[in-house]
Amino acid sequence: MASRNSRDLMGLSLTGLNKAAGSRLLDRLRLRKPVERVVFHGARTGFRTVGAVTRTFTAATRRATPERPRPGGDSGLFDLTPTGEQQMIRDLSREFAAEQLRPAAASADTECAAPPELLKRVSAELGITVLNVPESLGGVSTERSTVTSVLVAEALAHGDMGLAVACLAPSAVSTALALWGDEQQQATYLPAFVGDDVPAAALAILEPGPLFDPFALLTSAHRTVDGYVLDGVKSLVPRAASAELFVIAANLDGRPALFLVESESVGLTVEADPAMGLRAASTGRVHLSKVAVPSAALLGDTAAYADCVRLARLGWCALAVGTAQAVLDYVVPYVNDRVAFGEPVSHRQSVAFLVANIGIELEGMRLATYRAASRAEQGRSFAREVGLARQLCAEYGMKIGSDGVQLLGGHGYVKEHPVERWYRDLRSVAVLEGGVLV
Amino acid sequence: MTINLEVPAKFKLLVDQAHQVALGVFRPISRKYDRAEHEYPKELDMLAALVDGMNSSGEQSTGARGVRRTNGNGSEVQNGGNLATVLSVMEASWGDVAMVLAMPRQGLGNSAIASVADDEQLARFDRVWASMAITEPDAGSDSAAIRTTAVRDGDDYILNGEKIFVTAGARSNAVVVWATLDPSKGRAAIKSFVVEKGTPGFTVERLEHKLGIRASDTATLRFADCRVPAANLLGSPEVDEGFAGVMQTFDNTRPLVAAMALGVAKAAIDETRDVLRGAGVAVDYDRPASRQHAAAAALLAMEADWEAAYLTTLEAAWMADNGQPNSLQASMAKAKAGRMATEVTLRCVELTGGYAESSLLEKWARDAKILDIFEGTQQIQQLIVARRLLGKSSAELK
Repeated sequence: MASRNSRDLMGLSLTGLNKAAGSRLLDRLRLRKPVERVVFHGARTGFRTVGAVTRTFTAATRRATPERPRPGGDSGLFDLTPTGEQQMIRDLSREFAAEQLRPAAASADTECAAPPELLKRVSAELGITVLNVPESLGGVSTERSTVTSVLVAEALAHGDMGLAVACLAPSAVSTALALWGDEQQQATYLPAFVGDDVPAAALAILEPGPLFDPFALLTSAHRTVDGYVLDGVKSLVPRAASAELFVIAANLDGRPALFLVESESVGLTVEADPAMGLRAASTGRVHLSKVAVPSAALLGDTAAYADCVRLARLGWCALAVGTAQAVLDYVVPYVNDRVAFGEPVSHRQSVAFLVANIGIELEGMRLATYRAASRAEQGRSFAREVGLARQLCAEYGMKIGSDGVQLLGGHGYVKEHPVERWYRDLRSVAVLEGGVLV
Repeated sequence: MTINLEVPAKFKLLVDQAHQVALGVFRPISRKYDRAEHEYPKELDMLAALVDGMNSSGEQSTGARGVRRTNGNGSEVQNGGNLATVLSVMEASWGDVAMVLAMPRQGLGNSAIASVADDEQLARFDRVWASMAITEPDAGSDSAAIRTTAVRDGDDYILNGEKIFVTAGARSNAVVVWATLDPSKGRAAIKSFVVEKGTPGFTVERLEHKLGIRASDTATLRFADCRVPAANLLGSPEVDEGFAGVMQTFDNTRPLVAAMALGVAKAAIDETRDVLRGAGVAVDYDRPASRQHAAAAALLAMEADWEAAYLTTLEAAWMADNGQPNSLQASMAKAKAGRMATEVTLRCVELTGGYAESSLLEKWARDAKILDIFEGTQQIQQLIVARRLLGKSSAELK
């Protein structure tokens, strides 16, 4: 039934295309080339391919027990000062964002892809994927580093949100392995993430459809004699086409669970899923049709799944904070320089108060995000704090994105300025689940 | 040093005590004094004595005087009086913010004295209950336009003028008055003076009937050739070092008013959560808001706004404790907390149907509104924040 409908649809499009191809109007309006390009792009994105070639992940030295980062300490004091180490990593990330991400942002947005050499450099220079990996497994941490990860995500998003997501996508998988992987899973997959050639990888939770709830998944996992069979669709998965390893959320026995799925698995196909924003992250749909995985593929338990959803949302909060800060930093000089009615537009309260409210709401977004992160890091409960941070970042992040365009007027609507991209990117915060993890 | 936004362990006892006061003392008499406007809640005398005792025994001054800045030693992070005061004021305001404003010796004038007085003045005014007199009939937010004058005469200043909206103006035994040494010099000439009750020429004219905070007396004061010792001038007497000195008070008192707003809003959210739970509605922090009951989604949004205001307020107080300039954060906290409290309390009335006097929700919705007005309105806070972010002077961004 479904296939017959789609063929009908395709038939209709072809008829339309044919008519257009013959139209002299196209030539007269010099639209032939652009239209052909759109048609090509449509074909490319509508095309499903098998997943990327997977390297061979084999268990190196397997331990008796999995390694886990310990909860961080608590000084007992209210304090907003990062540690010296956090400050250093934040500075490095800011520098990288300003020098590498921001200049590459516009073309990556157009290309729907991050430059490969940039992605290599981010692992080499910032070591994002090793941040949450225990020292004994080749990483750098002995303690949970949720706060550090938040600071890094915030700093990178200040450069560009889409590129930040592309950079951070593999670390979502390495962090999940560090936090919830058993000794076998850690030994098999983590070494690749601490080496020189970090694989693309992605955490896929979101599904297409209205009112998505990560605790009521449509993607299903069924037990078989020697493992599980997965069926379903995951949407807006960052770098889906190049990912070698996925962590996929699926419903198992009425409860959501995470599964490690290699990209070459039979029945796994990837389709481009370009969106309103985050285009540099090359978002794609992952289709799972009777994908068989071994019993060792099940990652973590139900509690781990809930934490995974929360920590992913926290990552989006950090990205929203960094992007919103970029908006503020961009509009301040603009409204000070732009003259109307004989004086800078910033001398008008209607303009100035919009800027003030960006500052006020951004402060709340940032502090709520930091609080949730520090609670998670210290091993305290953090469901409430993530829920509140997400609410703030989704609502006010989008408002800031919209006000950013508004403050530039017509200039904000054109691609000469980055605010229109931030507007598109910031819509994602309320929508996305998974993809990043702190 | 590590990022941590939890209430410091050493203040837990303090917060618990303030909560006990709010629950055991303020709540039971809350409605009574809302109805009996202008009647002094005599129950507060005992409590004030208790608070005085706590302040003199403990290492941490936590009342209105808690805002006095200690010089942070620069390397060690401090959690001091500003943070402690904000936390305890919030907790007490959860009980009843009008009572907090009516607490003997805990006036905003006391905070002003604590903020800018020298050590001699601080000791001399240690036991006074001081209210704060800034607003005049023709000068509210535009405090540089005040017309009350102070003219030097020998060892005294002679004050003339009228002040309105003075919280605790009738019951307090002293008032911190803003007056100008020279109306032609604008803000630079504005100074604050401590004027004690009984000073000849100083009279309480009348009390206001208000929308809320009715347990707190709001007075009109008149100064007619009122002679005040020059030693009662707070800060520098020089004209050129003017406004910054008196304005500095606000950096410390705005987080306090934000804390009051947080307390009232928290009371309303807590009550609404209980009432809605009784109606079968509960918030799930994990499930998307759009998959929950509309009332639960509203509660989630209100709590999120509360959290943003709360953390910004703690940040402003923490900066004060650590000797960091915090005008921007103090105004951000006041702006966010002020509007949040009004929106939240009104929404809670709407969600619960708590419009009748049988519920305290309607009272809190009336009480909250003032918190977005006094110590600088919402609009003044936005103006201050905007000037700071844009790098504009008050002449450029009016």
